[in-house]
Amino acid sequence: MTQMNQAMIEKYRSSFLKEVETNVEEGHWVKMCMQCGVCSGSCPLGPHWEHPPQEIFMMIRANKRDEVLKSSSMWFCTSCYNCIARCPRGLPITHIMHGLASYSKKLGLAPKSQPTESFGQIFWNSIASNGRVNELKIGLALQFKDGFGQGVKNAMAQKDLGMAMMKTKRMNPMEFFGGHTCKDKSGIARMLKKAQEVEDQHIANYGAGK
Amino acid sequence: MAKREYSYYPGCSSQKKASADNFMRSANAMCDALDITLKEIDDWNCCGASIGYAGGGEIPRLSLSARNIALSKQQHGDADIIAPCAACWIATKEAEERVEHNPRVREGINAALAEIGLKVEPAQMPKTRHMVEMLVEDIGLDTIANGKKKGLEGLTIAGYVGCQTNRPFGIAGESFENPKYLDNMVEAVGAKAVDRYAKKVACCSGALMFSEPEKGQALVRDIIEAAYDGGADMIVTPCQLCQMNVESYQTDINKRFGTKFNIPVVYYTQLIAVAYGKSAEEAGLDGQIIKATKLEALAGK
Repeated sequence: MTQMNQAMIEKYRSSFLKEVETNVEEGHWVKMCMQCGVCSGSCPLGPHWEHPPQEIFMMIRANKRDEVLKSSSMWFCTSCYNCIARCPRGLPITHIMHGLASYSKKLGLAPKSQPTESFGQIFWNSIASNGRVNELKIGLALQFKDGFGQGVKNAMAQKDLGMAMMKTKRMNPMEFFGGHTCKDKSGIARMLKKAQEVEDQHIANYGAGK
Repeated sequence: MAKREYSYYPGCSSQKKASADNFMRSANAMCDALDITLKEIDDWNCCGASIGYAGGGEIPRLSLSARNIALSKQQHGDADIIAPCAACWIATKEAEERVEHNPRVREGINAALAEIGLKVEPAQMPKTRHMVEMLVEDIGLDTIANGKKKGLEGLTIAGYVGCQTNRPFGIAGESFENPKYLDNMVEAVGAKAVDRYAKKVACCSGALMFSEPEKGQALVRDIIEAAYDGGADMIVTPCQLCQMNVESYQTDINKRFGTKFNIPVVYYTQLIAVAYGKSAEEAGLDGQIIKATKLEALAGK
């Protein structure tokens, strides 16, 4: 959606903060950050973030649009909610990181082949098509995401775990041919399509209102 | 014991023959022992979990949980929705919060739900609660302790609470940094809880175990090491993803870090089921990849 990206650049030329406040989930909280750094220090994968949350918040205010939206940082959030529990200003940091990641992907700016981004999309596709997650298929899709050859290698490396899961009745090979689904799959598809339209409309309207 | 009824949905991982199949079997055995009836929400869907944001924005993701809430209301009236899974619990509570407090999000969700003839309204949604809340607040740990058929004597257990059963909502009256309910539950069934378990509320890496295995396994290594340091025979957890991450990668972790881990990871529901006289199979102990031998022996007595 680079067209949307272009539209957003023109609309919010001088203020990335305003863009985030309007278009990113819980983005209106960003200006409340007081740069104490507790979030960065509390993050289980903190050392792996190119820019930990505290930095991301300051970069948003400093108009570093590309550096933020193209960063792999937000994709290292494990959703542990430690940052939310500890933030002295009560910022919903986990949600803001998810929101930034999701927004960057919508604009086509998320880093390519970021493993968590790929896995998250595989996960979402499974929900969107079945209403419930098909654990076997998402596992296989992740193993085979870089082609067949690599997929076979990955699957071989994980075969003992797969066998153990089947032996303990915690994975069913028949899931491959269908498996757990909702009855009203078409209804769920309609609901999600409408929800997506509403969300895109909100951004296209330059976010009139919150 | 007073009979209780709740609405509920198991969530994707606790379905039959899914990765937490043994959790749901033990939860059913526990509910049977405690005279609790769980009425499943017909045609419930996935909550989007912690990683759904990659594909679904705010409104699509929250619509999923809103559908479950609306279906529960339609089928089971105002009965509380019991979530046995931390991700389901958080996602459903978050949907409720946004519906209550954010008119734009509420309108968006209701526009989506209108496509399937459903609706959610502020102040009229059933309450969503974790299965642990049901035990602690409605049944009470004293009642559980007094009603047990046998004490799990001789077991030392590290209570691994993890993240999402603890944050951002947590169990009322507990601290985020050192919640006590899981230790109290361990003591209620007659086992010994590891005192000051250093990694009690540390993160297992969640869904990133799949996408960033090296980084995820390093986190789990520390969680297991701290349990051994505390003298634990096994680890207990309230979370399906924690269970999977901490139990099933021990072979990989041993290979990667030169450790010799082989520690069982069970659910609180399995401890209670065994204490209430259920068999090893009823308590889902046949679902352990690393056999909980000492607990099995107690179940057989």
